[in-house]
Amino acid sequence: MKIALIGNPNSGKSSLFNQLTGLNQKVANFAGVTVEKKTGYFTLPSQEKVELTDLPGTYSLYPKSLDEQVVIDFLLSQQSKEAPDLILVVADAANLQRNLLLFDEIKDLGFGVILVLNMIDLAEQSGWEIDTEQLQKSLGVPVIATNARNGKGISSLKEAIQNFQKKELKQPKLKIFAGLEDLIQEVKNYTHTKNDYIAWLYLQHYERLHFFSEKDKDYLQKLQIQYRFKSLSMQTQETLERYSSLGNIVAESTLKHEKPRNPIWISQKIDKILMHKFWGFGIFILILLLMFDAIFQWAELPTTFIEEQTSALQEFTKNKLPNGWFAELLSDGIIAGIGSVLVFVPQIALLFGFIAILEESGYMIRAMIMMDKLMRRFGLNGKSVVPLISGVACAIPAIMATRNIDNRKERLITILVTPFISCSARLPIYTVMIALVIPQGSFLGFLSWQALALLSMYLLGILMALFASIILKKILHFQDNSYFVVEIPTYKIPRWKNVGITIWEKVKTFSIEAGKVIVVISIILWALASFGWGDSLEQAENKIRKNNPTLNEEQITPFVSAARLEASYAGMLGKFLEPAIEPLGFDWKIGIALVSSFAAREVFVSTMSVIYGLGTDDEQSVRKRMSQELNSSTQKPFYNLAVGLSLMVFYAFAMQCMSTFAIVYKETKSWKYPLLQLIAMNLLAYLFSLATYQILVNFV
Amino acid sequence: MRSILKNCQDMIGLHQLEIGKKALIKKFLREDILLKTLEMGMLPNTEIEITCIAPLGDPICVKVNGTMLSLRKAEASSIQVEVLV
Repeated sequence: MKIALIGNPNSGKSSLFNQLTGLNQKVANFAGVTVEKKTGYFTLPSQEKVELTDLPGTYSLYPKSLDEQVVIDFLLSQQSKEAPDLILVVADAANLQRNLLLFDEIKDLGFGVILVLNMIDLAEQSGWEIDTEQLQKSLGVPVIATNARNGKGISSLKEAIQNFQKKELKQPKLKIFAGLEDLIQEVKNYTHTKNDYIAWLYLQHYERLHFFSEKDKDYLQKLQIQYRFKSLSMQTQETLERYSSLGNIVAESTLKHEKPRNPIWISQKIDKILMHKFWGFGIFILILLLMFDAIFQWAELPTTFIEEQTSALQEFTKNKLPNGWFAELLSDGIIAGIGSVLVFVPQIALLFGFIAILEESGYMIRAMIMMDKLMRRFGLNGKSVVPLISGVACAIPAIMATRNIDNRKERLITILVTPFISCSARLPIYTVMIALVIPQGSFLGFLSWQALALLSMYLLGILMALFASIILKKILHFQDNSYFVVEIPTYKIPRWKNVGITIWEKVKTFSIEAGKVIVVISIILWALASFGWGDSLEQAENKIRKNNPTLNEEQITPFVSAARLEASYAGMLGKFLEPAIEPLGFDWKIGIALVSSFAAREVFVSTMSVIYGLGTDDEQSVRKRMSQELNSSTQKPFYNLAVGLSLMVFYAFAMQCMSTFAIVYKETKSWKYPLLQLIAMNLLAYLFSLATYQILVNFV
Repeated sequence: MRSILKNCQDMIGLHQLEIGKKALIKKFLREDILLKTLEMGMLPNTEIEITCIAPLGDPICVKVNGTMLSLRKAEASSIQVEVLV
């Protein structure tokens, strides 16, 4: 049995979905669009299996954004094999009249419908008394009251689904149809539809429905002109007519008592502090800082654990398998690649956990409201806040989070600038370089220089993101109007189950989407680093062995690895790049690291460890060895302030993450934008890095 | 004559409503805003009240029909309301 779940945003629909399906859910995309489709499974008391599809939250069947568009696509494509047998409409019981608008429209489509009155506890706290039996009679469909947060009513719901029998379809009778019966009939004939309202919606939405051919669209457009069908005016009249009849139904079945300490009153009191004219912003920034501090601190242990286990696994593989390229491919290509994806899971899980908590509690919307005006100055939207914050973990889930921004220009700018925010992958480079070139000690006695340097790198990313936004705002030209009309939910205690499921889904997405690209490129780079022109690698190895006859195998291995790397294709690439990157203070060794960073930025550290002939890639040893590296012409330490800062600036701005490239392509459905991003970001990285190095070397 | 003038005087843009004062939604000057807010509960002749203003003065929060919404001042200005005494 196939069921679709539909309802207003903030109606507790996702809680209901999670209650019914638990972890038994998977995320895919709706056909042809990058909107998430959540599908889950559960069983009825009769042991029959149900497939539940969660549709994006919407207020009506007149979509205002990309994800709302998906809803009508899903419901109106009659030939689809995904057509549901039954629709569950979830309504916020405390906001019945408005929530029933969607129900009223769906009912007219001819699907079997069950109305779920959710958040029944909050409705009671707000003073509502609802006669579900009367409602059932007036609406003509089963009505089940639930509290999805604690599971109340779920068993009754399952029973109602099991016992559901589709009644005879009555043609929907709307006053607005009056005088247009012929038009409706023509549409019905052309599209082979039996339902008046479906025909009506075809007429209203034909331009956006992907299953209509150009011929179909032309025909429907002609009909519109012929009958002088005014789309927007009809929509308004329809909505008003529905609200009017719903008002009567709601009045008949409900009673509202005045409750002094109701949820809205409580939320307003909290808002007086959290959305305060002066302190509101400050509180938001404070919450963010506390959040990031917690994330970086708590993630340390699990991250180190994963790093150690990956190394252990690599060792184990090399020991167990016979020597040769396969063992190395498995260990240094595949396992290393997977390891470099998993190492970020703790940070990503924590960040999305915190974001989920902020969203579940209702605070996130308030943050977006406070930031909206500021964001608009940069061509962004209040809703851009979540993607930008998420970018501190990883740009991939961050970019996917832009789907709820309806304005195309604002959404595009958000997608294009989010990668400037310093993500988790840049952190290892920052920490190694800062430890190398920034002195110990503190400013004013308590702000350590090193901490300030790290903070500055993050600020740099934010500033560049804003700067790029302003530029894009000026040069991109789209026609859409920008809106910001959002519902403010009451404050709620986060449901930990929902938070957990969200974290799981986001981590899965990151691991698979980013993981795919990273592992493939890791393998390619491993190949580039393990093979060379002709027998150059063997020659290099032999030379080392010849010159160091006294060293044993363990001692000589690091030098051999370094020599082989230098002689490989990767080494050749590094040497090839050297003249271009010399003005930035880099040499061919860094060149190799830059190339390998295209797999994943953090591979920089492990690449460095190989280049410098270390047997291990733990940060301390890498750092120590790098600090001993001398510049061949000056005989002074190679990694000085100029080189260190130049390198950090380069990594701050460069677009090396091919996974980001892939996701931008998917989300914008065009090669234009990811290519623009790639070229612009790398150009900026080169120029700023150049400026940094040259200024520091010549003037400081 | 006087009653028409009185009506015109009492209608102001939603963005001009003082915090805490209640008003009745009367007219929408822009069809696109009408459509967006209508389905979120802002119906003609329903009571509306401004509950907060964001730190930079924009957007504003309103309470209407048992729901709290937020919209920009530009959008609010296209909604004409009649102040209730």
